[in-house]
Amino acid sequence: MSAVIPYISKPHPVTGVTNAKFGIWLFLASEVMLFGALFSAYIVLRVGAETWPLGSEYLSVPWAFANTVVLITSSLTMVMSWAALQMNNFAKYKKYMGATVLLSFGFLIIKYIEYSAKFHHGYFPANNTFLAIYFTMTGLHGIHVLGGIIVNGYLLFPGSKMWHTEPERFAGRVECAGLYWHFVDLVWIFLFPVLYLL
Amino acid sequence: MSSHHEEGFIRKYIFSTDHKVIGIQYGLGAMFFLLMGFGLMLMMRWQIAFPGKSIPIIGKFLTQDGILSPELYNQFGAMHGTIMVFLGVVPMAVGAFGNYLLPLQVGAQDMAFPKLNMASFWVFFVGGLVMLYSFLLPGGAAQSGWTSYPPLSNIAPAGQTAWLIGMVFLITSSLLGSVNIIVTAVQLRVPGLSFFRLPFLVWAQLVTSFLLLLAFPPLEAAGVLQLMDRVFGTSFFMPSGLVVSGQALEVAGGGNPLLWQHLFWFLAHPEVYVLILPALGIVAEIVVTNTRKPLYGYNTAVYAIVFLGFMSFIVWAHHMFMTGMGTAMSAFFQATTMIISIPSVIVLTVLLLTLWGASIRFTVPMLFALAFLPMFAIGGLTGLPLGLTASDIYLHDTYYVIGHFHYVVAPGTLMALMGGVYHWYPKVTGRMFNKTLGKLHFWGTLIGMNGIFAPMFFIGMAGVSRRLYDSTIYEMARSVQPLNVIMTYSSWLLAAAQVLFLINIFASLRKPKEAAADNPWEATTLEWAAPTPPLPHQNFAEPLEAYRGPYEYNTTSREFAPSTYRRPKPCQR
Amino acid sequence: MNEPYGWWLPINISANGAPIDQLITTLHWFMVLLFTGWGIFYLYCLFRFRARPGHQADATPKHFRLPTYLEVGVAIFEVFLLVFISYPIWSKVKNEMPSDEEALVVRVTAEQFAWNIHYPGKDGIFGQTSPDLISPEDNNPIGLDRENDPNAKDDIISINVMHFPVNKKVKVYLSSKDVIHSFGIPVMRVKQDAIPGTVVPVWFEANKTGKFEIMCAQLCGVGHTRMRGEIHVDTDEEFQKWLQDEAQYLEEYSDAGQREDENDV
Ligand code: HEA
Ligand code: HEA
Ligand code: CUA
Ligand SMILES: [Cu+2]
Repeated sequence: MSAVIPYISKPHPVTGVTNAKFGIWLFLASEVMLFGALFSAYIVLRVGAETWPLGSEYLSVPWAFANTVVLITSSLTMVMSWAALQMNNFAKYKKYMGATVLLSFGFLIIKYIEYSAKFHHGYFPANNTFLAIYFTMTGLHGIHVLGGIIVNGYLLFPGSKMWHTEPERFAGRVECAGLYWHFVDLVWIFLFPVLYLL
Repeated sequence: MSSHHEEGFIRKYIFSTDHKVIGIQYGLGAMFFLLMGFGLMLMMRWQIAFPGKSIPIIGKFLTQDGILSPELYNQFGAMHGTIMVFLGVVPMAVGAFGNYLLPLQVGAQDMAFPKLNMASFWVFFVGGLVMLYSFLLPGGAAQSGWTSYPPLSNIAPAGQTAWLIGMVFLITSSLLGSVNIIVTAVQLRVPGLSFFRLPFLVWAQLVTSFLLLLAFPPLEAAGVLQLMDRVFGTSFFMPSGLVVSGQALEVAGGGNPLLWQHLFWFLAHPEVYVLILPALGIVAEIVVTNTRKPLYGYNTAVYAIVFLGFMSFIVWAHHMFMTGMGTAMSAFFQATTMIISIPSVIVLTVLLLTLWGASIRFTVPMLFALAFLPMFAIGGLTGLPLGLTASDIYLHDTYYVIGHFHYVVAPGTLMALMGGVYHWYPKVTGRMFNKTLGKLHFWGTLIGMNGIFAPMFFIGMAGVSRRLYDSTIYEMARSVQPLNVIMTYSSWLLAAAQVLFLINIFASLRKPKEAAADNPWEATTLEWAAPTPPLPHQNFAEPLEAYRGPYEYNTTSREFAPSTYRRPKPCQR
Repeated sequence: MNEPYGWWLPINISANGAPIDQLITTLHWFMVLLFTGWGIFYLYCLFRFRARPGHQADATPKHFRLPTYLEVGVAIFEVFLLVFISYPIWSKVKNEMPSDEEALVVRVTAEQFAWNIHYPGKDGIFGQTSPDLISPEDNNPIGLDRENDPNAKDDIISINVMHFPVNKKVKVYLSSKDVIHSFGIPVMRVKQDAIPGTVVPVWFEANKTGKFEIMCAQLCGVGHTRMRGEIHVDTDEEFQKWLQDEAQYLEEYSDAGQREDENDV
């Protein structure tokens, strides 16, 4: 027994979106508020601080740059995987989605290297406000990346069965995961200059 | 095929995806927490009225001498606020009423995302457990007020960490719930049910959900920052050079305690409209049904609450006037605070004018709805002196503030919710409650509530601070101490009245089902077109279509014309 | 007013308190008026339009003008209160801060759970303070550097009791050592949060002598309720005498540092 819910795979004629897509946009709006609040906190703390280190004094710009490239590439492969579904090419979808997941792991590995270098030097969140906000924001972003890996991993393996039964709905799911993934990417694109360069 | 096999007990009642079951789960959970929040407050009220006297019967379970200690007082106070707001009223108003009624009122078979809906309840459940568990931690539960201002909250015992973790769960639950409600209200309306044919309650839930969706994340961010402060020793909210009981604190410093307040109130102001909007929606439904005429100025009211929703994001600093704010900023926030009172006035005026020319049936739910109007008016009006900095200098953090907001949330929202329970009880259960008991409950509640909250204005006017364990050590406060005794007695009356309520709603379940419960109030909105109770996972017996607005009472040749009523084809023309 | 404390605003001893009281009173009359008018209409409706045999609701669409006018009137009144009463009072509080020369300057540092009131002493200069020197055992609650800083030698510290003369502007530099407190003197119509890490100036002027209470208005921990202070509004002579007594006391006990002040309360 389950309820019949319209607009699961077909868009609503008036709003032009499926339920899931509408939902994900709303979710992203709330995510914008979450990170927006953190960025505002960053500004308030920085303006109120007597001294504020240059990010590069503590952090490794090359690694972060590498991570930026990794994440942007993963966004691209994410788009490609969705495009592959649009062209009905499931094998290609698998390839690109796999690449996305791998790249996301790559991002986390680089982040791990960065973090352990910090700890090794005795840089901990408690040291000063800069490090505190650095660890908090990148940590929260890292959790979002992890969430993305879980979702994309699901869509890559067990969840992909849906392609054979409800292809349209499955493509919709991939699209939503993609929207989320681009958002995670976008947050990083803000975090990188704010924390490492300014 | 699958529609014929029976669901097991667990799938049907515990891990159900049916919005009605989830709504009832939310309702029972919220009811438990409302009673618990009330229970905590009963103990506190004993201490306020009779400071230093041991609490009869239960006192000995709390402390050795049976006297509520100041530590417990602060814990109970903080948890009363937290429980009432986040575990009581929001789950009741949005979780229970939103879940149960919204799909029915838009004619949908379920919420847009049933599994997410179930998840949102269970996340709420875990959050509630974490909050309850915090009482058992060494040092007890959170004790820095529901506002948890740092640095106090940063140096508080472990209960505060549990509070923060619990809040993260509750916030997540609200986010999932609000996404669901918005998508359902926008996407799943039945054909013909245009936005301006939606019942007012649906509009109220829609605006509420937007507030939850956009205002909660900043508190989540703040919660994460405070967790970092408490667990990892950062100093987001700790300025340099703190000395606590003669010992310098070993933290890096450099933080800003006011940052928390900004993030907190950025949520908490919209949050208070989250507490009131569903109540306004419920009251509108009840009032319209029992006046037998359409809502006066439906469109205006809708625009008003949408505007209210927008404005509620830019008034937050009116809770912070006394933190050392300059003239420009205070001028801005005073102005927005005055502006935001206008839409509330409009909605209240709309409801009031709906009474004109009506044929008012004083049913039990209607009594609650009618009482809501002046109670909300008192609560709202007393917000005005708080919104002007000049008078807020004197009134800030006094009992006047406590009086202000309890008038809106207790005799306001709570009574609206109780009215709502009576109003939809027949649809949910197929039975009618006992009307005499209902009326007794109403009068007990109305008198009890006013007996508690009206004196607060006088105590506040006398200058007495809130959150005082024992105000009698102040000479200034002694003249109003007799009021505190009256208030405490009133709270017992209020408690007694709730016993009648609980007896009524649970005992009436044992009555035989009545066919008349299908549409006992002769109401027009879609939920009344469903069988009683609405069918599991399906709600309606057949697909619906809406042909008219929500409140067509006495506008056609019929006394009432449901949204689904279609005028027989051969018309006058 | 014969009784200082009752069920409404307590006695006002502030030279600047009258407009605040006036605003509060006006606003409440306005609220009572609105509520009564509103309530009469409400009760009238309940009575006249009650359901009864033979009575039917009249659902023909109507448009009422009066409520619109009333709402506009209320809005105008709110603007009036805002612009002509509240803004000026607040700007007086914030912008007409007396200079340090014309006022009696006092530092108040809140802590869990006491008010440390710090006078500059004869030289009129506050001594250096440092958090490292704070030591409740040595009776140095604010970390005054009496050893090295000559300006600190004559500084007077009073716990929970604040003396000041009547009819003179008093300027308080308010801060906190630990958590947020709120420096509230209801009879003075003054309130200001004491926020650690910042110093906020507050000023007031008493026009009556007597002893009144300071009440902490912000939850600051288990002892929040106990955080009661007193203001002693003295005549000029009394105040000078008090200062002298304190100075003498300091001299007598100069080697012992400060004195126990708490039993003075
Ligand atoms: C449901 C909850 C709710 C609602 C609806 C409101 C509504 C309002 N609140 Fe309230 N408020 C709280 C809950 C709520 N508040 C809580 C919980 C706190 C304390 C938090 C804490 O510190 O712990 C608080 C505190 C609070 C403060 C801070 C006080 C302080 O700490 O010093 C202020 C200051 O501006 C304020 C203002 C207002 C205003 C202007 C409205 C307006 O929206 C009211 C508008 C309504 C009306 C004006 C009345 C209706 C109309 C009529 C009766 C018709 C006739 C009247 C006119 C024509 C004017 N509120
Ligand atoms: C929604 C919010 C809400 C509600 C409903 C209430 C309800 C009540 N509150 Fe509370 N209160 C707060 C929010 C709320 N409060 C907050 C935020 C604070 C500030 C905390 C702080 O300082 O940090 C506060 C503080 C506060 C104080 C001040 C303490 C202090 O400063 O030291 C007092 C004192 O009397 C008080 C009393 C009461 C009483 C007697 C009720 C009664 O009205 C309770 C009555 C309860 C019921 C009647 C529930 C019965 C439930 C059922 C029967 C189940 C079914 C119900 C339905 C279907 C609706 N509250
Ligand atoms: Cu200090 Cu309350
Ligand atoms: Cu507010």
